[in-house]
Amino acid sequence: MIWESWSDFFAMGGYALYVWGSLVVVFSLMLCEVFVLTLRGKSSRKELARASDAAFTGGRT
Amino acid sequence: MNKFNWFKYASPQTFFPLAGKLIPWFSAVAVIFCIVGLYIGFFVAPTDRQQGDAYRIIFLHVPAAWMSMFIYVVMAFWAGIGLAFNTRMSSMMASALAPTGAMFTFLALWTGALWGKPTWGAWWVWDARLTSELILLFLYVGFMALQASIDEPRRADKAGAVLALVGVVNVPVIYFSVKWWNTLHQGSSINLRSAPTMAMTMLLGMLIMALAFWAYTIAVSLVRVRCILLERERHTDWVKQYMEGNK
Repeated sequence: MIWESWSDFFAMGGYALYVWGSLVVVFSLMLCEVFVLTLRGKSSRKELARASDAAFTGGRT
Repeated sequence: MNKFNWFKYASPQTFFPLAGKLIPWFSAVAVIFCIVGLYIGFFVAPTDRQQGDAYRIIFLHVPAAWMSMFIYVVMAFWAGIGLAFNTRMSSMMASALAPTGAMFTFLALWTGALWGKPTWGAWWVWDARLTSELILLFLYVGFMALQASIDEPRRADKAGAVLALVGVVNVPVIYFSVKWWNTLHQGSSINLRSAPTMAMTMLLGMLIMALAFWAYTIAVSLVRVRCILLERERHTDWVKQYMEGNK
């Protein structure tokens, strides 16, 4: 193990702001992207289902 | 003897289920490689003698930057195929790649700035590499904005394709910028011809993170292209059948 302690690890040799600032933003954006895409998929499918129901019932839902 | 059908997966109906099957595999690879890569980067690779622990940003910055360039080339490739062969599936793939590419470009710039401040003393300089990477971000955003601004999808595909293809000249500029100009950004440490100058654990961590980001990109782009397919092909029978089967 290269770190003396957990507090050493979080301190990152004094560069904590820069290193953790990078890591947090990178993974936040990636998770956001996945989340936004899941929402998009759900809303597309809901929209399609609603459109096909409307077509089936002749436009009166 | 059947002739190989090059256009088999150019059919939206055929590509949609293939994409669906591939997504879980690439997602799993992305997660596993991220965990392994970050473990190596933060718990195995030693502290750098010159930069201390600030250098660990390399495990995010370099993979993001590589992806920003690679995704653009792949995007331009599919846009070009769509333009040349009039295959809308190819154009949809290009559109699906753009947001992820733009995200990685932003992340390369962001992590670069956070690395530059402690090591160079500056969040930003207008050197050749940084400037051309910023231009890459503008190209991605321009591509997405242009396509969003045109109502008719096929016209939007073609207009975006022209922009993507013209912009691809920027990618070799970014890559060779550190060789052609006198830049603050360091030169390339990894070459095809010579041995790497960095420690093995650092190189390994970086490569694994690059593979993780690549698998992530594929998974996310396939999810996005499936959304695009459902939206653009909603009037087709196969989409209607798919919705019936997935109610």
